[in-house]
Amino acid sequence: MLLTIDNVTKSWPGETAVPVLRGASLALAAGETLALTGESGSGKSTLLHLVAALDVFDSGEITIDGTALSGLDEAGRAALRRERVALVFQQFNLIPTLTVGQNLAFHARLAGRVDRDWIDRLTGRLGLGALIRRYPEQLSGGQQQRVAIGRALAMRPALLLADEPTGNLDEDSSDAVLDLMLELVAETGAALLLVTHSPRIAARLERRAHLAGGKIG
Amino acid sequence: MTGAAALALASHWRRHPLQLFTLLAGLALATALWSAVQAVNAEARAAYARAAEQLGAAGYDRLESRSGAFMDVAAYVALRRAGWQVTPVLEGRMRLGPDRVTVVGIDPLTHPSLPALDEAAGRVQPGELLGPRGLLLADAGTAARIRARPDLPPVVEVEQIPPDTIITDIGLAERLLGLPGRVSRLLILPDQPQGIPPLTEIAPALERIDAAARSDMARLTDSFQLNLTAFGLLSFAVGLFIVHGTTGLAFEQRRPVFRTLRALGLPARRLTVLALAEMVLFATLAGGAGLVLGYLVAAALLPGVAATLGGIYGVPAPGSLTLRPEWIAGGMGMSLAGALLAGAQALWRLRRLPILAAPGQHAWGLAAARTDLALGAGGLALIAAGGLAMVLLDGLIAGFALLAGLMLGAALLLPPILGLILRLPLPRRAGAPDDPLAEWFRADMRAQLPGLSLALMALLLALAANIGVGTMVASFRLTFTSWLDQRLVSELYVTARDDAQGAQIARWLRPRVDAVLPIRAVELRAAGQPVFVHGIIDHPVYRDNWPLLDAAPGAWERLARGEGVLISEQLARRSGKWTGARLALGPGWERIVLGVYADYGNPTGQAMVSMEDLLEHARNVPNRRFGIRVAPERVPELIGALRAAFDLPAGALIDQAALKARSLEIFERTFVITGALNILTLGVAGFAILTSLLTLWSMRLPQLAPLWALGITRRRLMRLEILRSVALAGLTAMLALPLGLVLARVLLSVINVEAFGWRLPMHLFPLDWLRLLLLALAAAAVAAAIPARRLTGVPPSDLLKVFANER
Ligand SMILES: Nc1ncnc2c1ncn2[C@@H]1O[C@H](COP(=O)(O)OP(=O)(O)OP(=O)(O)O)[C@@H](O)[C@H]1O
Ligand SMILES: [Mg+2]
Repeated sequence: MLLTIDNVTKSWPGETAVPVLRGASLALAAGETLALTGESGSGKSTLLHLVAALDVFDSGEITIDGTALSGLDEAGRAALRRERVALVFQQFNLIPTLTVGQNLAFHARLAGRVDRDWIDRLTGRLGLGALIRRYPEQLSGGQQQRVAIGRALAMRPALLLADEPTGNLDEDSSDAVLDLMLELVAETGAALLLVTHSPRIAARLERRAHLAGGKIG
Repeated sequence: MTGAAALALASHWRRHPLQLFTLLAGLALATALWSAVQAVNAEARAAYARAAEQLGAAGYDRLESRSGAFMDVAAYVALRRAGWQVTPVLEGRMRLGPDRVTVVGIDPLTHPSLPALDEAAGRVQPGELLGPRGLLLADAGTAARIRARPDLPPVVEVEQIPPDTIITDIGLAERLLGLPGRVSRLLILPDQPQGIPPLTEIAPALERIDAAARSDMARLTDSFQLNLTAFGLLSFAVGLFIVHGTTGLAFEQRRPVFRTLRALGLPARRLTVLALAEMVLFATLAGGAGLVLGYLVAAALLPGVAATLGGIYGVPAPGSLTLRPEWIAGGMGMSLAGALLAGAQALWRLRRLPILAAPGQHAWGLAAARTDLALGAGGLALIAAGGLAMVLLDGLIAGFALLAGLMLGAALLLPPILGLILRLPLPRRAGAPDDPLAEWFRADMRAQLPGLSLALMALLLALAANIGVGTMVASFRLTFTSWLDQRLVSELYVTARDDAQGAQIARWLRPRVDAVLPIRAVELRAAGQPVFVHGIIDHPVYRDNWPLLDAAPGAWERLARGEGVLISEQLARRSGKWTGARLALGPGWERIVLGVYADYGNPTGQAMVSMEDLLEHARNVPNRRFGIRVAPERVPELIGALRAAFDLPAGALIDQAALKARSLEIFERTFVITGALNILTLGVAGFAILTSLLTLWSMRLPQLAPLWALGITRRRLMRLEILRSVALAGLTAMLALPLGLVLARVLLSVINVEAFGWRLPMHLFPLDWLRLLLLALAAAAVAAAIPARRLTGVPPSDLLKVFANER
């Protein structure tokens, strides 16, 4: 298994601690695509952030490619994000001070895996060729998300995590972006864990999981 | 509607108290800096004026005994009989309580008006000051000490008198000082009758001293005042930039509030008025606080200042500050002007603000390029205007216009230049690891420039002022030390009572010392101005020590042969005669200029010829003063022996070492003060960086969060934040160095020449620059670390919000 989530719990501290995840478990093989659905506030984003080693869980274990996340310190978690997982958020993924071209290559360069041909191909496939020299703020929302996806795939991650990557887009551009993403993921052989509200989108992935009451059903 | 809008504006500050604090603190600090400099400056100027005018010293030529001793009242009587309009002054020191005070005795009937006398005139009958049981005038402190002594006459308190000084009738002063029939000096009143006999006939023992020539040292130290004035100007510019910066940020931060209010239907005009009113309120509050702060800083500095003034002007300056309306007005004016200027600019942008523009959607790349262009053009225009002023105007005004144009222009040029530097392609070594972070770092630094540029401009000015004024003061000191060393080369100076005694002393000295160098001079007119012509004997001591700025080959040998003349820089500049020119010293006495020497602090022209040449062309050259070369350790013994053999008064023997020490002490003190003010300016500039970074911080997280998500640790990001600030400060310091040197150059060779007629050679002090650079870098690091430290404490969920929330 590329990714295993084993009985993970997480609660938010407060006057009374609010448990969000109460023993969520899930496994994902290399190259698989999975859609995670659930009501708003059910903890989808929280789980994704834990998998991306952006935050720490209270108990349980998450392993990626044999690495147990609970054993990592901050530097180790950062290295994992730099080199093995890639992330696409709903918005504001890009570094505003770098051009589209620089953004596209950025993660691959951090990971130390720059493949110029592959990046050029990605750029063409994502239709970003004419926008290479622009800055993120000069792009539309859909264009920005395409850059974010390109950046994530440019580093050839083993695992791509996406949190409603098309949530801010209208239906047409949303479909177009998703199509591209699925195609390219298949090409790279990455596993995909995608959080979405939309059953229509979920239906297009190989597997589906539903988060409710802090557990995955 | 207005009330609701005001509430909305104010609510922003309630939600962001730190921003409000930095805004007010920035305004207050800028005002404090400026008013502290002003207060010190005003105090210095006032003390000088007070000292000069209260003792009636200003403007009158005077007669003194050539020996420097007291003169006999008989000389005074003789002069009056011959028709000379003079008035006697007796000055001495008297023990009063634990300390000594200066007693100045005058003749109230003939003495020119004194502020203290005018002040007392309302309360005292004119005749009361006179007579054996007369009155004493003194300030409150001295008066109290006088009253404690029942044996002293009654005292009248006046304000316009230096501390530790008593002014009274000369008859009473004679008694108090125990100096019957003695006079210290005679003031020569204006309107002398026609045809009075010359001084040499009536009182040959007296010497006329020109009001202007009297205090070489005081003239010299006018430079200190000028130095402070230039510093005041620069601190004003620094303050203005900081006020402008903080106010501008206050508007920038509230863009969304303004936009929302506009969207809700508040008219642009109403919003403008509201925002302006708010700015005026803040500027007044913070300006007031800044004045108090500046006052405290100045008061803390003032013991040093008072000591300095005491040293410079020879009078004790009061160690307390008086609140002067001019610097209160200046401080408040700057705070208000800076805030309104920045506010007006921001409001102008605000009025054209599109209501619907989405936040963060301005294409910064393009906007920044346009701003850079405008700033660059403005900066060059200001520098050109400064240069033009130099051509069109003259005098000090031109110098200061040049200074202002240079400094402000350079400040405006800073952001475009920094932008250019950050755009330069980095040389990439073959095989060096690919470093995307370095690329981001530079791009990010460029992006942060607009937000930081005002603080950086303030830093630039502060550093340049530091380097410029520091270089000036240090050059000043170094020049004077070596100049004093050279000019006061003899270990001991002796002044005899008359020519006969002079000859005796010289004869007595010759076998006992290494060399006796006669100092003989006459005053005559050359090139249309008064010139003191000195005759010097042919002695290697001159050749080896006298500082020549410019000389013909073999100048000293030719001078000894009586072929030419050496002239002082002042004379050369004023007459336009330099080496090779011919100078007429009198009828049939024309000599070629063999060289020019530095003669700092001396307002009148000087020239040197060989002793034979002088004696051949001038009659009645006194032969009473000598420089004596002798081993320094023998000086005290020699002084004692001379006194015993010739009954010389204290003032007739001058120990060169003591004289030098006194002069140096003065410079050391000016150093302390400029040093303190320098540190203060730098601190304020550092604070400006801090406030800018603090206010930019709210926009900072969204810029850093993507990097964190891509696997850069928060600790690393924090280090990069600090590095960025340090790098920008370092680049600014690099640019400040040449600017500071240009500033020093202008101060030394333009302003000083305009003001005093001589140019100071510039000395460079790289170690000082290094210290300053380190200080600036440290300030920048601290300023960046304070907000950046929070980065490590931010919970990941806060960083993650960036990607989920609408912003
Ligand atoms: N930093 C936080 N502090 C406290 N509670 C939080 C925090 N972040 C999220 N929560 C809470 O945790 C729960 C899960 O949030 P999460 O963002 O994971 O939901 P989600 O399933 O992604 O919802 P959505 O579909 O709306 O994005 C919510 O009830 C939310 O209020
Ligand atoms: Mg979510």
